[in-house]
Amino acid sequence: MTVTEEREVGSPRRRKEDARLITGRTMWTENVVLPGMLHLAILRSPVAHARITHVDTSAARELSGVVDAFSGRDVADIQGGLPCAWPVTEDMVHPDHPPLAVDEVRHVGEPVAVVVARSRAAALDALAAVEVDYEALPVVLDLEAALADGADLVHADKGTNRSYTWVFDSGEAGTGEAVDAALDGAEVVIKRRYRQQRLIPAFMEPRSVVVDPTGDQYTIWSATQIPHILRFLVSAITGTPEHKVRVVAPDVGGGFGGKLQVTPEELIAFVAAKRLGKPVKYTESRSDSLVSAHHGRDMIQDIELAARRDGTITGLRVKLLANMGAYLGLVTPGVPILGAFMYNAIYKIPAYRFECTGVFTNTTFTDAYRGAGRPEATYAIERIMDELAVEVGLDPVEVRRRNWINADEFPYTTVAGLTYDSGDYEAATTRALELLGYDELRREQAQRRDSGDTVQLGIGVSTYTEMCGLAPSRVLGSLRYGAGGWETASIRMLPTGKVEVVTGTSPHGQGHETAWSQIVADQLGVAFDDVEVLHGDTRTSYKGLDTYGSRSLAVGGIALYNACQKVVDKAKPIAAHMLECDPADLEFTGGQFRVRGNPDNGKSLADCALAVFAAHDLPDGVEPTLDADAVYDPVNFSFPHGTHLCAAEVDTQTGRVAIRKYVAVDDIGRVINPLIVEGQVHGGVAQGVAQALFEDAVYDADGNLLSGTFVDYTLPSPADLVDIVTDRTESPAPDHPLGTKGVGEAGTIASTPAVVNAIVDALRPYGVNDIQMPCTPERVWRAAQGGGA
Amino acid sequence: MIPAPFDYARPSTVEEAVAALADEDAKVLAGGQSLIPLLRLRLAAPTVLVDLAGLDALRGVHSDGDDLVIGAMTTHASVLADPLVNRYAPLLAQATGTVADRQVRHRGTLGGSLAHADPAGDLPAVAVALDATLEIAGAGGRRGVPAADFFVDYLTTALEPGEVLTSIRLPKRGEGWSTRYEKFNRTAQGWAIVGVAAAVRRENGGIAEARVALTNMGTRPVRAAAVESALTGASADAETVRAAAGHAAEGAEPTGDLSASAEYRSHLARVLTERAILAALGQAHAA
Repeated sequence: MTVTEEREVGSPRRRKEDARLITGRTMWTENVVLPGMLHLAILRSPVAHARITHVDTSAARELSGVVDAFSGRDVADIQGGLPCAWPVTEDMVHPDHPPLAVDEVRHVGEPVAVVVARSRAAALDALAAVEVDYEALPVVLDLEAALADGADLVHADKGTNRSYTWVFDSGEAGTGEAVDAALDGAEVVIKRRYRQQRLIPAFMEPRSVVVDPTGDQYTIWSATQIPHILRFLVSAITGTPEHKVRVVAPDVGGGFGGKLQVTPEELIAFVAAKRLGKPVKYTESRSDSLVSAHHGRDMIQDIELAARRDGTITGLRVKLLANMGAYLGLVTPGVPILGAFMYNAIYKIPAYRFECTGVFTNTTFTDAYRGAGRPEATYAIERIMDELAVEVGLDPVEVRRRNWINADEFPYTTVAGLTYDSGDYEAATTRALELLGYDELRREQAQRRDSGDTVQLGIGVSTYTEMCGLAPSRVLGSLRYGAGGWETASIRMLPTGKVEVVTGTSPHGQGHETAWSQIVADQLGVAFDDVEVLHGDTRTSYKGLDTYGSRSLAVGGIALYNACQKVVDKAKPIAAHMLECDPADLEFTGGQFRVRGNPDNGKSLADCALAVFAAHDLPDGVEPTLDADAVYDPVNFSFPHGTHLCAAEVDTQTGRVAIRKYVAVDDIGRVINPLIVEGQVHGGVAQGVAQALFEDAVYDADGNLLSGTFVDYTLPSPADLVDIVTDRTESPAPDHPLGTKGVGEAGTIASTPAVVNAIVDALRPYGVNDIQMPCTPERVWRAAQGGGA
Repeated sequence: MIPAPFDYARPSTVEEAVAALADEDAKVLAGGQSLIPLLRLRLAAPTVLVDLAGLDALRGVHSDGDDLVIGAMTTHASVLADPLVNRYAPLLAQATGTVADRQVRHRGTLGGSLAHADPAGDLPAVAVALDATLEIAGAGGRRGVPAADFFVDYLTTALEPGEVLTSIRLPKRGEGWSTRYEKFNRTAQGWAIVGVAAAVRRENGGIAEARVALTNMGTRPVRAAAVESALTGASADAETVRAAAGHAAEGAEPTGDLSASAEYRSHLARVLTERAILAALGQAHAA
């Protein structure tokens, strides 16, 4: 073990990638221009469910500038099918998912035909000349109706709209007691139905893909979170040998899980490029993006909580209906299953059962969206904890305190079978209460209630933990996931002592270049600016599992740390040779190898790098390189946690909700860059508040997406949010040499229930115990009129 | 997306503009904040776009006797900053400040907003409340249309094909008048779910005159006549205002959409009318 001074880690470095990302003077996929490149436009289904009785692209092909036009039937034998990498049960129903619809369309926005032209404008103009006739089929939208006997079917050949039912039962698993007994004999049982509305990830950069067939090589540029997974799967789907496929995720403008996908558009572009032997580009419009890029959430959650009169939880039963949409995307079935391990949250619960049924409907398919299963779980448990508090007459903080895992009980194996690594829920909560001024706001709330103020005050409490650092490969295997969860890093020492780092993670706004540079600067004793981080191109980074699930630092960071140690280990005998001493007598601090007890005499890593470059005088048998690779497979998830508090004013006359103060105290272990962490918390809270108050992807009875533009899909702007008071407590991750846990999803997970709990709390005197999200002014106003909404 | 192909004309006089609009599928481009999204979605596909950006004569605000005249191509940002507008039509300035966001206010124009006649747009109700006259040029000459007659239906005005809105004439409202635009929307840059433009003139402690118009309570701006008559000659106390505001939705025919039902809109019209009048009277509601 080497000892190094820590100078960079913990410092709020401004992000080195921001100048190019903010100005946009960088290589987005849409900025890729290749000689002879053609442009592709996609005709999408205007109907939710129909048989395609006739397609004719011949008129489009005759138009000026058009090079090719084809439909799903023309490429049915060669286009392949889109993959689902997570068959969560052995008998999961997994329908074919052709990139271009062949005989039937099953959601509005499904690709039907393609025009390829010399300009984007010509391709778009020619779409109008493609003739398609549809014969309407019954539209399936409602999750419960879809499962009823005799229901109309999304996939007639499957005979059912049920994709799978996945069960975890603590009695059967041996991780706890049987839940039925707990519920039957309980002093208090609270039963609720919550609905997770459908959300659209709405990343800033629309998706874009360029496929260049040159020789027998295919180069795919894509605005994706997962260049490595995409390469593997494009190779598998198209039968192109993997070494003939290169994927580049250049700078990518956000994803939130929405770019954790192998998309129809990527495969369609591949088919078109292969067919024509020319580079092809497709960039979606915002309207196309909203209707066709995968959606998130959309679940019905039936939750039952058993407890004693003193507020102690004795059992928890969760039954989910999860909307898959019309098809299964890359990890669609697994998203709600990730939540299975989180409903028990930070609490000691003796008995637990979770059952999830995935259901097909004639809607855009759902998949990962920031938090993926964990925000949904946290929402349901944190909402019902407030109901328990009311039922047993306790303060919502107190009822949580009576059930949570205490700091001295870690590591703690939960009823869902996970072992939480570390945490201190009391410390984070105490700090959050102080920052909010909890007691004072409770007094103000009482005054407003007493005076019958038309503006009521509510305080929402939300605690959370989440499983970050996806994931131990063995655990993924046990859950039937199609890949592992390791991550890689490589260090290349250049002769001048500068460092290139290759990471298998694929940042799309997270700031890996900065954080990785800070880690390397400390571990190798080089300057922050002397580190270059390379990512997202399978030619430079041939191996990796990409970026999602708050895994990059928690897993990739350890690979990076380990690679650094290997570099130091390789340099040591070379430094010893130059210093004419025994390697065992050397210590490495601040980038210098020094003989113990002789601090004046040293050799830097740069000296060693130059020495191996020249290779004139190396010890016998030493390979002339300092470069090192490391692959790390985590032994456990990491479990950040925190307490978020929201004080909201509710205008009972109009239903307007105004967040007055928001406090986020997160414990994410050790922090590499507090500025980046702050940004992640702010963005995450904004997204979670948006689910609580603003966003809703709504379909009409015919399956048309009503919220198909940003006029109707209501994203908040900074003017709709408040200053977020942030602070941290710190319980380092014991399994991680840097002690980090992950922060990418924390804000999104914690904030939604905090806001809704605040609104419901404000309206308790009006008989309100729930409001459906998003809590629009009209819903809140109606609730204030008569209890329900 | 990319708009369908169209021809482009950039006249430098009103006469040239009128001539360019001879084609019946021609469309006027002012600030483009509504039209360009429609073109990009291909919901509009005009044969020729007549861009008024070169008509400097249609920009700016000037005083004309008892009236204020605002060129149709004056941007929202210019309206907002104009001293004459702030002195003689502060209601217009305040409502303009709620239009969308800063970027839109620097491109969008007063005339474009009125001619587009979106029922959720803020400025048509203000024009009605302030008794504006919309000045129009066409092949047959020039004419003025009172705001009350200008807004005909959803996205439909009294402008005939080939006509151009050139300016907006407002009677100056100085001494005695006080005003308020009360807007309710889901997000800061969103369209109004309901808006209320209120102007009251006080005399001897009472309300001598009141003008109230509603945004998004129908397919065009609605005068709240029953509110106005209940206020006229009444005392300026909160109870009277509340009672008068109770008539706000009378005669309105709001529709329901994703952001609000018709019933909720009618409720909001009453609440916001009360708040707007109280605010105009200097008895600001707490919210």
